[in-house]
Amino acid sequence: MSKKTLAIALMDPPYESENLTTAFRILDVAARRGYDINVFAYEGASGLAFMRQSPHPNPVHGKDVAEENHPTTKDQVAALLSEAEANGGKVDWVNCGMCVDERGVNEFVPGTRRGSPADFHAFIEASDNVLVIPTK
Amino acid sequence: MAQYLLIESRDPFESNDVGYYYDLAKGLVASGNEVTLFLAQNGVLAARPSAHSAALAALARGGVKVLADDFSLQERGISKLAEGIAAAPIDVVVDHLAAGYKSLWH
Repeated sequence: MSKKTLAIALMDPPYESENLTTAFRILDVAARRGYDINVFAYEGASGLAFMRQSPHPNPVHGKDVAEENHPTTKDQVAALLSEAEANGGKVDWVNCGMCVDERGVNEFVPGTRRGSPADFHAFIEASDNVLVIPTK
Repeated sequence: MAQYLLIESRDPFESNDVGYYYDLAKGLVASGNEVTLFLAQNGVLAARPSAHSAALAALARGGVKVLADDFSLQERGISKLAEGIAAAPIDVVVDHLAAGYKSLWH
């Protein structure tokens, strides 16, 4: 199977939509295949790689942080980058600059970067295919 | 002839837009294109034998390849699928993207 480059645009914010679960499943398959992956995180999705997310306990269920084992999207982004690298691919994850400024989420997972819709245009030009996952 | 991947994530019992997406799939095939309709998330609720599954069965009979995400089916406890619908892993989406299908998400 030849190496491919895929671009995916995400728009949903963390912890709200099943769209992101499906998106990360698609990205995971591409990373395991060693594809190069271009992600444009737009609008609410610009918070996915925000570094200051932290797991929390669940006092309602009487669980501490370790027992709750709450996944954060920043860890999922970091895992995606690691998985791609381990399989010979790379991820160019761009966080929309205006979007992160609006939301105060401009500290990113290492390996992701700030950018603009111009980067998405460049991704489209450079990729074999593009999937846009819009908000509902 | 072009090749299309249409991903339907919405529940037809909740959103009337879904019917228009089915119509898009039907129209693309009628125009001589190859179409895969991949049901994901609440989109798989129509894959059960139900009031909405006849529309999907008709699409399948008309030449649309109708697939339902196995993970979404398992999450919702759906094991019996309506006529013309097959369960498939999410890998199928990546296969289609890699093969250059024009891909839309709804």
